[in-house]
Amino acid sequence: MSFWNRHKIFEKNSIILIAGILVVIAIGGLVEITPLFYLKSTIEVVDGMRPYTPLELAGRNIYVREGCYLCHSQMIRPLRDEVERYGHYSLAAESMYDHPFQWGSKRTGPDLARVGGKYSDDWHVRHLTDPRAIVPQSVMPGYPSLATTEVNLDDMSAHLRTSRAVGVPYTDDQIANARADLKAQLDPDGNDAEAFQKRYPKALVRNFDGKAGDPTELDALVAYLQMLGTLVDFKLYDEKANLR
Amino acid sequence: MSIKVVNSLSHYTDWTIGHVHSGALGWVGFVSFGALYCMVPWIWNRKGLYSLKLVNWHFWISTIGIVLYISAMWVSGILQGLMWRAYTSLGFLEYSFIETVEAMHPFYIIRAGGGALFLIGALIMAFNLWMTVNAGEAEESEAARLLQPAE
Repeated sequence: MSFWNRHKIFEKNSIILIAGILVVIAIGGLVEITPLFYLKSTIEVVDGMRPYTPLELAGRNIYVREGCYLCHSQMIRPLRDEVERYGHYSLAAESMYDHPFQWGSKRTGPDLARVGGKYSDDWHVRHLTDPRAIVPQSVMPGYPSLATTEVNLDDMSAHLRTSRAVGVPYTDDQIANARADLKAQLDPDGNDAEAFQKRYPKALVRNFDGKAGDPTELDALVAYLQMLGTLVDFKLYDEKANLR
Repeated sequence: MSIKVVNSLSHYTDWTIGHVHSGALGWVGFVSFGALYCMVPWIWNRKGLYSLKLVNWHFWISTIGIVLYISAMWVSGILQGLMWRAYTSLGFLEYSFIETVEAMHPFYIIRAGGGALFLIGALIMAFNLWMTVNAGEAEESEAARLLQPAE
């Protein structure tokens, strides 16, 4: 019986075939998975990463709700053109507080991993309201309703608590003050601004949509976009430190 | 696409969209059509389909649709991937992102046309199956024939 004829054994007995399939998958799986057990961590240790402020988290929830991730990735690959176009390649640590992550899989629009600080708040406000007013060839839909919809303040603490349940290190203090912190981030001259800055060092404090009044979804989304990719200071980041 | 150099070009582009649709519409879709054409006459106890000619029309219209759809996505995917990484002789990125968005426009029109053809094919099938059930000739079943009372 030639070698190839022995294959009949697998083809004619479903149990043996299943056992064979399991063995093959196990080999593939082990080759992929075993190396991970020999790494100290798959996420780099970096300075600067902090949990989202309540306002940024509210903005992120809007980003997810509106499906922004369907057209915008948040993952700069270590390729020359991407690094020149968008900035330093993304680190795993930069999405460690994202549940779920927003890496995306299609760029109908540009990558947003480092969009923070690239444009002014006013640019974002106008662009989100009517993209073609800023970029005539744009195919992005406008989101004018964000400017007139108020952020739901009542469930902010619950959002922080839920994030903590899946591993984001929010403190009890941050959870208890989520509602006040959300408002405080929009008012640099307010009484709570200082306490807010203590809880979220280096977070941007300003009126993001440029209008007085209660926090709108536009405030939240712009605050989130202006923070994206800015937490890690790449002047100080030592990429050799994480080589293994 | 599991190879790094291929993925670095194809990922984040329409290539992925074309690839998935070739599988979802071309393979899963057509297998489902075949199953429906086979099973509806069985289930409703019909001699055959209302019209085999319409099945042929469905097949060719949807096939042309899917080919237009996939090839438009393949071409736009490779085009966009290449535009993103194109450099001028001076070493600058050649295209802004929005220029690559504009370049996709004709392919999205072809894609919409292909998708419309695919949908038209499916509507032809729906009509055909509807007519099979409601206007088709019933097949005398074996059981019914055997259970006829003796006269």
